Amino acid sequence: MNINYIILVPLIPLAVFLLLGIFSHKIKPAVSGLIGVGGLLSSTILSFYAAYQYFFIYGKVDGVFQTFVEKTTWMNFTDTLHIDMGILIDPISVMMLVVVSTISLMVHIYSNGYMKGDEGFTKFFAYLSLFSFSMFGLVLATNLFQIYIFWELVGVSSYLLIGYYYTKSSAIAASKKAFIVTRFADLGFLIGILIIGYYTGTYDFIDLNNPEGNAILSWAATSFMGMSVITWALILIFVGGAGKSAMFPLHIWLPDAMEGPTPVSALIHAATMVVAGCYLVARLFPMYYFVDDGFALHIVAYVGAFSSLFAAVIAITQTDIKRVLAFSTMSQIGYMMFALGVSGYGGHEGVGYMASMFHLFTHAMFKALLFLCAGSVIHAVHSNELKDMGGLRKYMPITNITFLIAALAIAGVPPFAGFWSKDEILVAAFHHDKLIYYVGLLVAGLTAFYMFRLYFGIFWSKDTKYDHTPHESPMSMSIPLMILAFLSITVGFIPFSEFVTADRMGFEAHLNYPLAAVAVGVGAVGIILSWIFYKKENDLAQKFANFFGVFYKWTSNKFYFDEIYLFVTKKIIFNLIAAPIAKFDKKIVDGTMEGIGNKTVLLSQKIKGLQSGRVQDYALFFVGGIVVITMVFIYMWK
Amino acid sequence: MDISNFLLMRQEIMLLSIVLLLIIAEIFIPNDKKSSIVHFAIFLFGIHTILGFVELSEGSLFGGSFQTTKLVYFFKNVLNVGVLIVLLQSADWIQEKVVNENKGSEFFILLFSSLLGMYFMISAGDFLMFYIGLELGTLPVAALAAYETSKRISSESGIKFILSAALASGTALFGVSLLYATSGSIFFADITTITASNLTILGFVLFFSGLAFKISIVPFHFWTADVYEGAPISVSSYLSVISKGAAVFILMILLFTVLKPLMHIWENMIYGLTIATMVIGNLFALRQQNMKRFLAFSSIAQAGFILLGIISGTQLGATTAIYFVLVYIFSNLAAFGVVQAISLQTGKENMDDYNGLYRTNPKLSLVMMLALFSLAGIPPVAGFFGKFFLFTSAASEGYYLLVFIAAANATISLYYYLLVVRAMFIRKNDNPIPFFNSKIYMRLGLIVSVIGIFVLGLYSPLYDYIFELNGFLNQ
Repeated sequence: MNINYIILVPLIPLAVFLLLGIFSHKIKPAVSGLIGVGGLLSSTILSFYAAYQYFFIYGKVDGVFQTFVEKTTWMNFTDTLHIDMGILIDPISVMMLVVVSTISLMVHIYSNGYMKGDEGFTKFFAYLSLFSFSMFGLVLATNLFQIYIFWELVGVSSYLLIGYYYTKSSAIAASKKAFIVTRFADLGFLIGILIIGYYTGTYDFIDLNNPEGNAILSWAATSFMGMSVITWALILIFVGGAGKSAMFPLHIWLPDAMEGPTPVSALIHAATMVVAGCYLVARLFPMYYFVDDGFALHIVAYVGAFSSLFAAVIAITQTDIKRVLAFSTMSQIGYMMFALGVSGYGGHEGVGYMASMFHLFTHAMFKALLFLCAGSVIHAVHSNELKDMGGLRKYMPITNITFLIAALAIAGVPPFAGFWSKDEILVAAFHHDKLIYYVGLLVAGLTAFYMFRLYFGIFWSKDTKYDHTPHESPMSMSIPLMILAFLSITVGFIPFSEFVTADRMGFEAHLNYPLAAVAVGVGAVGIILSWIFYKKENDLAQKFANFFGVFYKWTSNKFYFDEIYLFVTKKIIFNLIAAPIAKFDKKIVDGTMEGIGNKTVLLSQKIKGLQSGRVQDYALFFVGGIVVITMVFIYMWK
Repeated sequence: MDISNFLLMRQEIMLLSIVLLLIIAEIFIPNDKKSSIVHFAIFLFGIHTILGFVELSEGSLFGGSFQTTKLVYFFKNVLNVGVLIVLLQSADWIQEKVVNENKGSEFFILLFSSLLGMYFMISAGDFLMFYIGLELGTLPVAALAAYETSKRISSESGIKFILSAALASGTALFGVSLLYATSGSIFFADITTITASNLTILGFVLFFSGLAFKISIVPFHFWTADVYEGAPISVSSYLSVISKGAAVFILMILLFTVLKPLMHIWENMIYGLTIATMVIGNLFALRQQNMKRFLAFSSIAQAGFILLGIISGTQLGATTAIYFVLVYIFSNLAAFGVVQAISLQTGKENMDDYNGLYRTNPKLSLVMMLALFSLAGIPPVAGFFGKFFLFTSAASEGYYLLVFIAAANATISLYYYLLVVRAMFIRKNDNPIPFFNSKIYMRLGLIVSVIGIFVLGLYSPLYDYIFELNGFLNQ
């Protein structure tokens, strides 16, 4: 298979970035929007063509999907270790190409409407292109070093995009926080890479991932503090991934990053950059699975499961609609992580891996849709707060329907996309780790609950009086919504297990009816609860009542039942569990990170006296330094 | 001795000729055309830089006092390129401010004399030549630091530098004499079996402090911020890259060859100093408002990273350290260049003055951003590769803790580099620095630095070349 043309997928956005960045003052906004969309459209077409060629024509040889690599040796770092640059085509990279290009294209189109009239319009599109380039580069990387370069570049461009609203001081703080927290996590990644490079002698994914290769077979050769160094390295690499993917406790930057423009949140914080951590673990999956009997993979599983639950609980308490979505993203990524964590390697055992990638795929569609809908709402009412909304279904019919579709998808209602991937994840968890399965089930219920709380709060609930009547967004914004809504319904039917599996062989996945029924039931309970609490009285209540007739009668007839539920949820779950956890998150986790920063600044203030400006003092320190060093060496190391 | 042997000193002879030519030119150029001395000097030095790339043979002179190898040539070429950029960036300043006071040619003469000293220092084959080079490299800089005689702060900077430098070279000389006392020779080639007696250690530490002063290693760094702040920006940038670079080169050569037997000593010493230098430099840089002071502390922190390459004592370590110095030279010069351009136009040197710079001067802001990203180590600019390779070399010798501390420091440094980026791109200013066009020399200086920042990172044969040059360290 000739894969050379795929290099154009990242290069076109790069060219667009350079063009828009250098001539930002000379290009008219309308033209720059067109250039941005045009560039991304060509990348998208190429990506789909590549996916078609790979999955249906050339990719499969003897029932196994092959890996195609095109690379050049960029540098011989030492005699043994060399660094390559190139592109790598295998099922997950092709799948990611499709995801990134689709979402990015939608966001580009949407931004044409959303950012209209903004004075930095051209600059915004330049940053978007830079981000798309970096993300494509990350996806196509052939080795750890290359992925790290693009990993950091993605961080830079997201810094620029989050800080885009430079008039808001909170946006500035948020962009810095995002950059620096993820950079701290990248410390782990970096050291992990160094260890891998030193002990295995290669950065190349193919060499590293070969189950019969040296890197995997000799994992036990060296140990450090009772654990194989390779396991350490994998854990450290996961720390980097956890930073980007907002896993507990490195998630603190994600809610704050919501200060950025909403299309940016849809692109970066829903569909692409935040799933880079999952992609990284999936990329090195054979290593994670085979080294040390998957010890590092267990950590991935538990961190993922905990983050998933933690975020879902917090999401219940949030009133800023973008923050709800941010925590929801964190929770869903936790889902993908633990799916990877409980996965086996070959055949049906590897259902977790497949499910994780499947969920990554479907989640990208419906979460991007949710963000874009939220953007549309914010565009209309000029507020992020739930209390300023309500009854919007009358004014924004398209947004209403598309948001509902996305909410149904994320809640796991069949036949929407989320149902299929979530079901596979729960199946995988059920067979490997019951505890994680129950956590997953609980999260599914919570997800349905908070998502419909959001839906009812925005579109139903009270009839808010607006200063000026909200209106539906322009076509440039609503068309991407409709396309994504269509995808959120349909992509679930893709037989993913035929294409993306850990051992590349493909298997036939069957719906596990009992488990699916339980999951759907839990989701339904969540939806109904939020319906009771948040929808309130209105003219359409009767229609819904007929729809959910049995349940509705049951609950409305038993008045006290309602009260008990209110008591349980509002008083106990909300005040005693969710609120303290949210507080813990804000005060302790966030506080620790900020505390480290503040302490550093404080220390810097304390020692400023040393630099007195008097040469005599300097000479004293100079001579003192010599004396101390000499003493230390004479008495300690001689 | 064949007269052609003197060709080994071609670089030195040419630079000396340039100095003499400038003295003569000073006499013959009429008073109303004094500013043409700038073009003349830059032209001559440009030719000198280009000719420097013509290959020469290796060898030694004066009974081994002066020696030259491919690596030494390479160092000298690096210094030349650096000085050329400094000259380009300071040409406007000299034409506008200095020539009027009739001190144009002196500036070049002093600067080139100092560079000549650096040449001799890195070519030294014995401690005597080393010391002469060190002094010649240092003294003219003191005069340069005090160059703006109308400014009190400039004189203060000059006097602080000369006092600190005198102390440093005094201790270095004392150290050399102790090393001579214990080893019986001042020739590097003869000192083969140096042993770790108390006297040697004292001698070594004293000697080391002399060079540490130039590299601004904690605790020998105190002069840095005050001098950088007071001296003319050209001189600060010269001090921060050329003077520091030359000192790193000779320190590395000495540690890896003559002082190799003491490795178990200096390894531990550098371990501690690396941490101290990075941490102190970073902590102070966090709070600086004046851009020159800011860059001074940032350059101290960067010195800590350079040590990270030296500590491993291997060919890989030396290569990564040299590579990092190269990257650092270009990045720092780009940053200083922007500060210079803005200071020349507006006289403003504080970080707050930079607020909203992107609105009015987007190109300058981009150059500054790239320079700071490179210093912070963010891809795809060269600084990232420099840092990554340094970490790799230290990690390959098992210094994981040190690498971790260094990487954490790199993250802290990102914070304060972003402060400047934030000021330029994000913060608002009702009264920003107005738009201006720099003159041709300054533009050229900035363009060359920016090209350097990109090319060094992406053009890998350079790294391979340095690796080869360091082959002798493997013996």
